[in-house]
Amino acid sequence: MTIAWQDYDASGFFDELIAANGGSRAAAQSVIAHFGELSDEEIRERKAAAEAQIKSMGITFTVYSENEGSIDRNWPFDIIPRIIGAREWAMIEKGLVQRVSALNRFIDDVYHDQKIVRDGVFPAELLADSKNFLPECVGIDPPQGIWAHICGSDLVRDKDGTVYVLEDNLRVPSGVSYMLENRLVMKRVFPELFENISIQPVDDYPSKLYSCLASLAPPEVEVPEVVVLTPGIYNSAYFEHCYLAQQMGAELVEGTDLLVGDDDCVYMRTIEGLCRVHVIYRRIDDLFLDPEAFNPDSVLGVPGLLRSWKKGKVALANAPGAGVADDKVVYTYVPEIIRYYLNEEPILANVPSYRCSDKADREYVLAHLDQLVVKPANESGGYGILIGPKSTKKERDSFASLIKKDPRNYMAQPLLLLSTAPTLVDEHVEPRHLDLRPFILSGRDTYVTNGGLTRVALKKGSTVVNSSQGGGSKDTWIVESEET
Amino acid sequence: MAMLSRVAEHLYWMARYLERAENMARLITANGNLILDLPKDIRPGWDALIAITGSHERFYDRHTVTNENNVLRFLIGDDRGQGSILSALRFARENARTIRDIVPRELWEQINGLYLHASERLADGLSARRRFGYLQDTILGVQQIAGIGAGTMSHDAGYEFYRLGCNLERADMTTRILDVRYKDYELGTGDAVKPFENILWTSVLKSLTAYQMYRRHRQAAVRRTEAVDFLMKDESFPRSVRFCVLEMEDSLRRLPRSEEPLKVLEPVDRLLRAFSSDAVTQKELHEFVDELQICLGHIHDSVSACYFEAPAGPDAARISRPRAA
Repeated sequence: MTIAWQDYDASGFFDELIAANGGSRAAAQSVIAHFGELSDEEIRERKAAAEAQIKSMGITFTVYSENEGSIDRNWPFDIIPRIIGAREWAMIEKGLVQRVSALNRFIDDVYHDQKIVRDGVFPAELLADSKNFLPECVGIDPPQGIWAHICGSDLVRDKDGTVYVLEDNLRVPSGVSYMLENRLVMKRVFPELFENISIQPVDDYPSKLYSCLASLAPPEVEVPEVVVLTPGIYNSAYFEHCYLAQQMGAELVEGTDLLVGDDDCVYMRTIEGLCRVHVIYRRIDDLFLDPEAFNPDSVLGVPGLLRSWKKGKVALANAPGAGVADDKVVYTYVPEIIRYYLNEEPILANVPSYRCSDKADREYVLAHLDQLVVKPANESGGYGILIGPKSTKKERDSFASLIKKDPRNYMAQPLLLLSTAPTLVDEHVEPRHLDLRPFILSGRDTYVTNGGLTRVALKKGSTVVNSSQGGGSKDTWIVESEET
Repeated sequence: MAMLSRVAEHLYWMARYLERAENMARLITANGNLILDLPKDIRPGWDALIAITGSHERFYDRHTVTNENNVLRFLIGDDRGQGSILSALRFARENARTIRDIVPRELWEQINGLYLHASERLADGLSARRRFGYLQDTILGVQQIAGIGAGTMSHDAGYEFYRLGCNLERADMTTRILDVRYKDYELGTGDAVKPFENILWTSVLKSLTAYQMYRRHRQAAVRRTEAVDFLMKDESFPRSVRFCVLEMEDSLRRLPRSEEPLKVLEPVDRLLRAFSSDAVTQKELHEFVDELQICLGHIHDSVSACYFEAPAGPDAARISRPRAA
């Protein structure tokens, strides 16, 4: 028996591949037809081939546990791709570029004249209270005025098909290596689909990333030394740090490999002696970067790094302090930020949000805690969130007092009904919820990945897509729609 | 691409720990055989192995009696110290793990597999009947890693650090074995031990897998002076001290900025060439080994200072190198 598409039921959610009437969406037609022709045996074979491929390529993520040390787990992967039509994608891509360039203008303004505050568009007290606003960065001019060189924005689609930006990760977004490896796996397992459908490639990301980073080097440097700075093997994204360094031909370094000389330049310790470093793609959080400037206990960072960066001797990507715009409350202002700096209407929608710092909004939130999702301003990875419809009275009470105590630190949104895509479960397909993280590079040029990393919640009904909590991924295909 | 100091250091220690695990397995195997061959009253016992590894203090922290059971538990399975086979394999694995972007995948998998095998089968290692197989697996496992390394790693600077670590550890173990066995021999002198001289020195050669090669090259019965000479000075046997020193010299010549370590290495070679085992007493040999050990320590310090540690101050060599496009 083959996949019974006629029995597939997305139960009222928006499905990425199958329309409400049961037919396949335009961009997905060939894929749906092809999967429908595969026998169970063939599907099992392809699935096993993909798993073997993942194992042999060593695509892992690291889970750290007290008892067993760090364990590399294979990356859970679903062989049915997530498909987006090229026309829709072109619009999303434009929207992402618009968004990131406005955010970069915002960060630069915030660390200089704060015009947006003086013009009354953005409240001064929000900046004063922001945990991610780094006073050390005031007045600094990073190359090309760009702070967030690598951005990973999370997109979700609601029940009516609208694409929303859920959040912008401007600090150290991860996941891009899985996007690249997913594509490699799919090309090996379904070569015939790539022959017959025009799927936009993603493989150029490492070289685009390298060019983006190299463009940040001091102008007098002809051949810049670019390195990837990792916290080390116990970091959950260590696989990605290794992978990107290898793909770019850059050195993978830890904090102890680097030092700042008396000339304020950054050097790495090599067997040939000290070797100047011009650009650091750092995968360490701001506050661990430099024990001299921030957390004095940090053993991950490099003493004096901030000093070197301030003097323009080394470029850091992303720039320290860029996280000021990666704040759930700042997020609620992004539409205003876009209008203010670019004088354009936002192309991509923000999820409607309530700011607890605003009295009327706060009262609404407190009265509707059982219907809303409440998020703290500065946490990432889904920590400290209240999901109202699934919460207990006790949890809601404790959030109510948290909000009253520190209103600036909270915002709330209606619960979105995330879209689904058909996912292999044992021998058949079932709908599973997913999101999408495209990556946007900003240097001398701007680049958006063709698609991004689709994360899928493998548990039935779950909307938690994190790999540490039962999430997996799918390859994401941007496909020229066959009807156009 | 210039090699990071940290990566070079991990490769070096990875090699040292692997070599240490193999040497320990050989040593225990040979000692076990020797004990079975000698009459009870002149048997060297197992405490000699504690002396060879220089781990008296750590041993007596944990045990009161140097019987077979305690010594083997300490040398094979004690995971707290650094002297046992299991802990050497664990350290080798930890070193390899931190440079997984550099070591070939097969090499990592073999090292990881060997450690897991050694720890899962530890009970075999501690059982008199199954011990031989356990130790043999360890020896062959490390040899396999050496083969994978030679056959899959680029023979660039990283590989030279791997060779350096391996040869330094080997030279160190050979000198230790000679020292302690010589002492055994002299203390047991008398005439009780004389008839067994051949067996004793055969065992020494065997613990270094040198017996066959010795017979081929020396074409003589196994005698003390000849055996010591072979293990100290032979230029082609890979476990003789001199051979290891020549290998280290070769590695250093292939590495950049090796003037200092080479300067430290040079007198060791001179010392070895001048050494004569004829009529050497235990005390003289002991002093000679002491001197060699100090030299080996200096070689390590010098390699470490030259390549692994922070180049000191603002005057340290600064290089700007063109990057291959």
